[in-house]
Parts: sequence; C-alpha cells; structure tokens
Amino acid sequence: MKAQLDELLALPRDEQGPVFREPWQAHAFALAVRLSEAGCFTWAEWAATLSDEIKAAQQRGDPDLGDTYYEHWLAALERLCVGKGLLDIADMLRRKEEWRRAYLNTPHGKPIELSAGQRR
Amino acid sequence: MSEHHHHHDHHHDHDHTDPPSDLELRVKSLESLLVEKGLVDPAAIDLLVDAYETKIGPRNGAKVVAKAWSDPAFKKWLLEDATAAIASLGFTGRGGEHMKAVENTAKVHNVVVCTLCSCYPWPVLGLPPVWYKSAPYRSRAVADPRGVLKEFGTGLPEDVEVRVWDSTSEVRYLVLPERPANTDGWSEEQLATLVTRNSMIGVEKARTTDN
Repeated sequence: MKAQLDELLALPRDEQGPVFREPWQAHAFALAVRLSEAGCFTWAEWAATLSDEIKAAQQRGDPDLGDTYYEHWLAALERLCVGKGLLDIADMLRRKEEWRRAYLNTPHGKPIELSAGQRR
Repeated sequence: MSEHHHHHDHHHDHDHTDPPSDLELRVKSLESLLVEKGLVDPAAIDLLVDAYETKIGPRNGAKVVAKAWSDPAFKKWLLEDATAAIASLGFTGRGGEHMKAVENTAKVHNVVVCTLCSCYPWPVLGLPPVWYKSAPYRSRAVADPRGVLKEFGTGLPEDVEVRVWDSTSEVRYLVLPERPANTDGWSEEQLATLVTRNSMIGVEKARTTDN
C-alpha cells in the first residue's frame, strides 16, 4: 500500500494531472524515440515533421492549447513512417480495423489479442 | 457478433469489448506493424513507457540543481558543459544530448521556450506540461516574457534582464534557479525539495524556505 502510494505520488504531474493523459500517448511518444534511436529517422527530421503537423493543425483552426499535442505527435509519426517507407498506409488502415474487430470479438474483461480481429 | 441490441437504458453486452478511441487504435496499429517488421522491440517500448510514466520527472533536474547549489566545482562544470555534467549523474538519453544550463542571478532571469514545437529536456524534466506545449505560451514567451512571467506570479524588477532561450532539436536548456535564502547547511536532498519544474523552465523562482 505504502509502495503503491509512493509510486502514485512520484508520477510526473502538473497542475492539470499526469503529463500523459492516456496510455496511447506514452506509446506514441516511445515509438518515436525508439525509431529515431534505431536510425529510422533523425531527430531533426522528427522535429520538422512534428512542427509541420502542429502548423497544419493551427491552420485547420486547432487552438493548439497543448491538449491536442499528442494527436499531432501521432499524425507526425504516421506521416514519417510512411514517408520513410517503413509502413504502408493500406496496411495501417487494415491493421487498425483488425484491432477494432479484435475488441468487438473479445468478451468483456478478457485480454485483447490481435488474432481475434483477424479471424473471419 | 451477429446481433447487437440497443436499448434506451444502454447496458454493455458481455460478449464483446467496446473498442477504444480511434487515436488508440491508430497507435496499436502502428506499434504492432513496427514490431512485426522488427523495427521496434516491444519490451523496449514498455520499458520506455514505464520510465517516463513513473520514474523520470522533474526530480532528476531537481537533483542536478541541488548539486550545483551545493558543489561549486559541479556548478562550474554544469555551466561549461551541461551535457557531460548531467550525464555524470546518470541522466542521459533522448532530448538530453546537447544540454545547456543558464544561470539566474540577481540581475538576469532566464526563461526557456520552444517556439517551433515543444522541444524539452526529457531526461531531466520528464515530459512537458500542457501549457509549455500551447501556442499562446510558445509565442508570448518571446513577444512578452515579462507578461508571461507575471501570469506565473513571477514579478521581476525593471533592472533585471530577461533572457529567452528558444530550444531546438539541437540544444535544450535547463535554468539554474537562484538558491533560496536561509538554506545554509541544507543537504542536497533538502535543497532538491525547493526545486520545482517551473523554476527549471524559468517561469518561476525556486521555492522559498517558508512555503
């Protein structure tokens, strides 16, 4: 109990709560860091792509108050993965649909496995 | 999954799980494809997620500042070569490769911003707060730094020079706040409790001993 409490208090937080609001944000963050460490793109390329995404979002009318930051991050990651030839857009869309079906095909409370969305 | 009944008093069926948001599905799609292609190691991703969520925060930076306040030789090293001085404490990694420490004094106050996106020294400060990533902060910190500081409750006398440092993917900045008064004889651990994240971004001063 004490250890759990310590862990909770140690989470990086700001006035508005944890800096990652949802786990997907942490995963998107980690993927970009690891891919650049693996040499798939340079950090300068990453920063340029992210700032392009942020600018594009502002032009679409996003007030860009920081709460949509990881949405831009994810869009930049997808764009760079496709641009660098790491992934194919059609594969990404198909895989997303497979994950969605995996949830729908899995009884509530059971772990979600991708294979559950790939079975017909 | 042949039939779904939707009642007005909606209750969840137990033979399926509601899919998460589109954003989450996009991340799962990316991650699983990248893992299949051998471009990322899922264990490495989990390690990094765990480290940033639970282990790294502004506390690393607070230790750096407290050491600089206590140890003049370390402070000199930090101001000359922040990357090496910080790495000597074991705080290394993405976003911390080219660090520069800027010292606040009675006459100079430093503030850090990233006008382009949100470059931030993760290994020492964890992940950036929401306001740091916001467009108003990014533009106003440069155009009207004193106004921004005032909103953080940091009023500065007219004769204090405000320096704004714009982070890039090449250089990240860490503000070395002024050591608070009445802390003679404090240990590094005690001093570190006075160092806030905002004081290392430069929008506030370090805590004083009476709050």
